[in-house]
Amino acid sequence: MPLIAKLLVQRIALGLLLLFLVSGLIFAGTMILPGDVAQSILGQSATPEALANLRAELGLNEPAMQRYFNWLGGILTGDLGTALTSGTDIAESIGKRLSNTLFLAFWAAIIAVPLAIFLGLLAVRFKDRWPDKMISAVTLASISIPEFLIGYVLMYLIAVKLRWFPSVAMINDGMSLGDKLSAIALPVAVLTLVVLAHMMRMTRAAILNVMQSAYIETAELKGLNGFQVIFRHAFPNAIAPIVNVVMLNLAYLVVGVVVIEVVFVYPGMGQYLVDHVSKRDVPVVQACGLIFAAVYIGLNMVADIVAILSNPRLRHPK
Amino acid sequence: MSDPLVNVRDLKIGATVYPPGERPHDIEIVHGVSFDLQKGKVLGLIGESGAGKSTIGLASMAYGRGGVKITGGEVWINGRDILQTSVRDVRALRGGEVTYVSQSAAASFNPAKKIMEQVIEAAVEHGKFSKKDAEARARVLFAKLGLPDPDNIGDRYPHQVSGGQLQRCMTALALCPEPDLVVFDEPTTALDVTTQIDVLKAIKEAIRDTGVAALYITHDLAVVAQVSDDIMVLRHGDMVEYGDVDQIINAPREDYTKALVSVRSIEHEEKAPAGDPVLSIRNVTARYKGTKFDVLHNVNADLYPGQTLAVVGESGSGKSTLARVITGLLPPREGEIEFAGRVLSPDLASRTRDDLRELQMIYQMADVAMNPRQTVGTIIGRPLEFYFDMKGAEKRKRIIELLDEIELGEEFIDRYPAELSGGQKQRVCIARALAAKPKMIICDEVTSALDPLVADGILKLLLNLQKIENVAYLFITHDLATVRAISDNIAVMYQGRVQRYGSKSEVLSPPFDDYTDLLLGSVPEMRLGWLEEVIANRKMESAGN
Repeated sequence: MPLIAKLLVQRIALGLLLLFLVSGLIFAGTMILPGDVAQSILGQSATPEALANLRAELGLNEPAMQRYFNWLGGILTGDLGTALTSGTDIAESIGKRLSNTLFLAFWAAIIAVPLAIFLGLLAVRFKDRWPDKMISAVTLASISIPEFLIGYVLMYLIAVKLRWFPSVAMINDGMSLGDKLSAIALPVAVLTLVVLAHMMRMTRAAILNVMQSAYIETAELKGLNGFQVIFRHAFPNAIAPIVNVVMLNLAYLVVGVVVIEVVFVYPGMGQYLVDHVSKRDVPVVQACGLIFAAVYIGLNMVADIVAILSNPRLRHPK
Repeated sequence: MSDPLVNVRDLKIGATVYPPGERPHDIEIVHGVSFDLQKGKVLGLIGESGAGKSTIGLASMAYGRGGVKITGGEVWINGRDILQTSVRDVRALRGGEVTYVSQSAAASFNPAKKIMEQVIEAAVEHGKFSKKDAEARARVLFAKLGLPDPDNIGDRYPHQVSGGQLQRCMTALALCPEPDLVVFDEPTTALDVTTQIDVLKAIKEAIRDTGVAALYITHDLAVVAQVSDDIMVLRHGDMVEYGDVDQIINAPREDYTKALVSVRSIEHEEKAPAGDPVLSIRNVTARYKGTKFDVLHNVNADLYPGQTLAVVGESGSGKSTLARVITGLLPPREGEIEFAGRVLSPDLASRTRDDLRELQMIYQMADVAMNPRQTVGTIIGRPLEFYFDMKGAEKRKRIIELLDEIELGEEFIDRYPAELSGGQKQRVCIARALAAKPKMIICDEVTSALDPLVADGILKLLLNLQKIENVAYLFITHDLATVRAISDNIAVMYQGRVQRYGSKSEVLSPPFDDYTDLLLGSVPEMRLGWLEEVIANRKMESAGN
């Protein structure tokens, strides 16, 4: 097997192994959560008989190992179980929430990633001059302000004062794409501001690192202009670190947006998870945790695969 | 005479320096140099490091590396002063009228792009050729430069061809846009001698066939003598001597030029083997972990007390691997190392402290072999503490003795490596090795990174110390002049085998095997016409192809 195929297979296998281990951790973690599901469903006044019955019904009396493998087996066949509190199918309710979260993350990424890379390239081109300093200052400021504050400030200015976009990002299936985009404009803007700085600064650093190389001098001595040197000769060699930080931020867009969802009352995964944590609905928490873990592991795996593929020494061995 | 292509008048170049403990300030590194160059002629710029030769070469493209700035003078190319023209005009000049070949093609090619794409880029960008025509021209140049499979080599990536081939690709890159002037900046210095010859020949013929003018920058006078019409000798940013090649080589006027021409004047009488060997390498076969090929095959050699065994060979011949086996960094697959009458443990971790003490090492890169945050005194004092438990005044006294032995003196004791010159750093490394009172020192290319005159000083010091301390040297080098200067016995290595072994006079006298013949014949000699002669008389292709 060629080296590159071997590396890719290894990396994918590692990702799957990691996911398996994380599933164990999630299960163990929810096991040691304080409190009792039956108690919280039935309330403080429940009789001991009723509690015992409910526990048996929910399968809470079986050994942990067995419950873990039942759970894992269910997930592998697409069955995430039923929510204890509402009795609905988790896969169905998560499916809707997840697609909302992905919708928001997708549009935030579509704007933030190219913008961050473009600003990074611009900062390199005008290194240590005013465009570079301004880009750094603005992006650093935006990452330093708490995201809920940016959210409320934008809401006040754009939704309340200017009335361009709605302040509440409620979306449903009946809306057209345009209506949906208008509804999520503000949360997308906030998310973009939050993830921009990290990606932009990494792009700048990665390309500046490459700009020290002798082949950049060769390109300059060919009479290429600044942007040609950066685009053609520096950028292709900086892809791996840039993709890495982009993937981390994409993962954040999926997993870490609970604050934004609450601020804009957006019906995404984060809110769903928080609701069910407070209700001690363990199967839902487990399912959400596993999905988040899969997103993180999957995106990081993609980053590593891109890094492997972007290395010409691996793509074209001697 | 027609107007010269290049006319440089009173060129002054400055740079900002950041000395430790001082404010950054500007200094002048080239102090008013003038020369001109006719179409189709080659001017050799020669000097030691710090002479300003690369800086002058790049100034002819209006380029300053890092913080280097052109502060005064004029550089006229094709009838205009390029220091006064617009940015756009300078860009048209770079890669169009003037092109550049760097010392390390391996670093100067973009690893992420195919060779062809990079070779034709400037020609296409400046509108000299269409992409198709430029590719056709590149193929012709590949063939002219003697590259294998010229029709397809452009489809490869830089890491897929050898160093010598890549250096020729870089020459093709420079010639592709049909420039008026090519700046060759040490284009063969990083190559093995036998490969250097081929690249040198290819460059010379390409210059002749395309009628391009060239600035040829090198520290090696013998090399520049083969390709230049005129030579300018530079030192510390000043012109020392400027004349045609015949005059500079055969009748130099200035003392500095005479010193360069006659460098490596060390006469070293070889000593006959005496007593029991301090080091015996017996049937050593070795390979690196995880590989399927032996890099050393059944190597045998002896080194006698107070003598020097030179291990000579080109890159990939296994000479540094041999050093790794002796030091225990790479345990051999077969064979053993006998040192001072005992068999050494193959593995470094299980050697005794005395084993470590008696076998010291000096490296090629003195500056990375020292901790930049430690003073010279701390660096030399460390083995005194470690091996002899010396402390306080006793240690200091010994450090000063050692500093005297390496001809530096007490005032160096509190300096940091950054405050030393390359030669001084190497001297400190030598003192550190001597501090352990070793029976033997492995010297791995210790003079390769140094200028010839400085290297000469280091070799003299090493020979002198050998007499005083009766220490044996295993001297690894690719440079035959160094071998002649220092060795008593020689092992010529080729593809992991000892090709030829014996006393210096035996090894360097005919009849030769084909490889030793090629190696000896490839060392540039300081006379005109040497290159053509040696190419005509070769029996064997060089190893680098």
